[in-house]
Amino acid sequence: MKKEEVPQDGDNLHQGTFKQIMYAVDNTGNYVPVQSAGWEPENIALGQAWEEVNEKVKAALARVRAGEISPVAYYMEKNLMDLALLASYVGKFQWQVKRHMKPAVFKNLSQKMLSRYAAAFKVSVAELKEPI
Amino acid sequence: MSNSSFQHHQTAHCESGVISNLLGHYGLQISEPMAFGIGAGIFFGHLPFVKVNGVPGTTYRIWPGAIFQRVCKRLGIKMEIERFSSPEKGMEALDKIIGEGVPVGLLSSVYYLPYFPPSYRFHFNAHNLVVYGKEDGQYLVSDPVMETLTTIDPESLVQARFAKGFPAPKGKMYYPVDVPTSVSFKLPIKAGIEQACHYMLKIPVPLFGVKGIRYLAKKVANYAEKPGDRKATLYLGNIIRMQEEIGTGGAGFRFLYSAFLQEAAEYLNKPELSKLATEFTATGDLWRNFAFSAGRVCKSRSADAVSYKELSEMLQQCAASEEVFFRKLAQVKL
Repeated sequence: MKKEEVPQDGDNLHQGTFKQIMYAVDNTGNYVPVQSAGWEPENIALGQAWEEVNEKVKAALARVRAGEISPVAYYMEKNLMDLALLASYVGKFQWQVKRHMKPAVFKNLSQKMLSRYAAAFKVSVAELKEPI
Repeated sequence: MSNSSFQHHQTAHCESGVISNLLGHYGLQISEPMAFGIGAGIFFGHLPFVKVNGVPGTTYRIWPGAIFQRVCKRLGIKMEIERFSSPEKGMEALDKIIGEGVPVGLLSSVYYLPYFPPSYRFHFNAHNLVVYGKEDGQYLVSDPVMETLTTIDPESLVQARFAKGFPAPKGKMYYPVDVPTSVSFKLPIKAGIEQACHYMLKIPVPLFGVKGIRYLAKKVANYAEKPGDRKATLYLGNIIRMQEEIGTGGAGFRFLYSAFLQEAAEYLNKPELSKLATEFTATGDLWRNFAFSAGRVCKSRSADAVSYKELSEMLQQCAASEEVFFRKLAQVKL
């Protein structure tokens, strides 16, 4: 890649301010670090990954409203976590966290357990119970 | 608390960048490409069973921490490395050491770094940064992938250092205790190149090195059937991201490695390394072409089997080009 070929395809994902370093060849044939505002294929891939996340979050919220799953499942998606990661944050086994995703079980969780989830998701207990 | 200063250079990759910045602080000037090359950072691996959010993992570099470890060993640097059982102990130890004016390398999770653009904040737990002081309750940060020095609040830093998941950073912090100010890079370069060639050509597992690229090529050829449309574009997107996202220097570290070879050629007065650097740049350009085409497939969302076959062929070309290159590199008498 030549220095003048270093892509500058900025988009709103980078918020227009963030630039990363790429190594490219200048016109004397020497490698130099050059700032890049981003590249289209990478922007597409990153945008697509976020789209996937947002879709999962939306679907989870709809299922919470329909009473099919508890807010724990919704906040897990919202925080980009998976079952294993969430379980390690709240210090429980995965099967236990899975159980807590049932609305009937969630309803009876202790205050202590609720605050652990709230801390993992960085929300208040009230917000945990009633996702907006 | 402390008013220390730190020379910050923005780099492509966090690990080799922290090495370069941290050692520079102690008067040992080593560029990012040189650190990357001596640490034999170049690699390839495709791990279909290690899934992150349901997407198989691909890597263009050696596992986190390896570059660091190798550079220290090869240059004879003594590092103090600590991990902590609790955030309180970890923060106390950090405060104590930066209070003495010692800049400290920290392992952290990108997800909890507020100065990062939100779009990059995934749960990636192997990010390296340097904390070099504390002012008005804020920690002073030199994050190698950021343009300038920045700061972080203690609460976010605790979360970043003690993030859960794999691998858990457990508050890992490190700082040099013994740095030679003049050291010859000759043998370290040689060892780094030998190791890179070995890892790219000789690992007897089909998932790694040149074999790994061919393995991925075969998988991609069948992406239309397995895992099928929607997922296939996600799989493809992940390959692009691992190759081009922040921290790679472009073309999955291939340009960074070329820059290393060029510097090594000059240092050792071996013009053949410089010629190989140019060849490897061409390999990097092949990877960029692949990413460009793969991006198009992701965007169109309705890729047919033909486009996946084409992408697969491009990967086969990358593999062939890398094999030729590393065989030649292994032959160079250093």
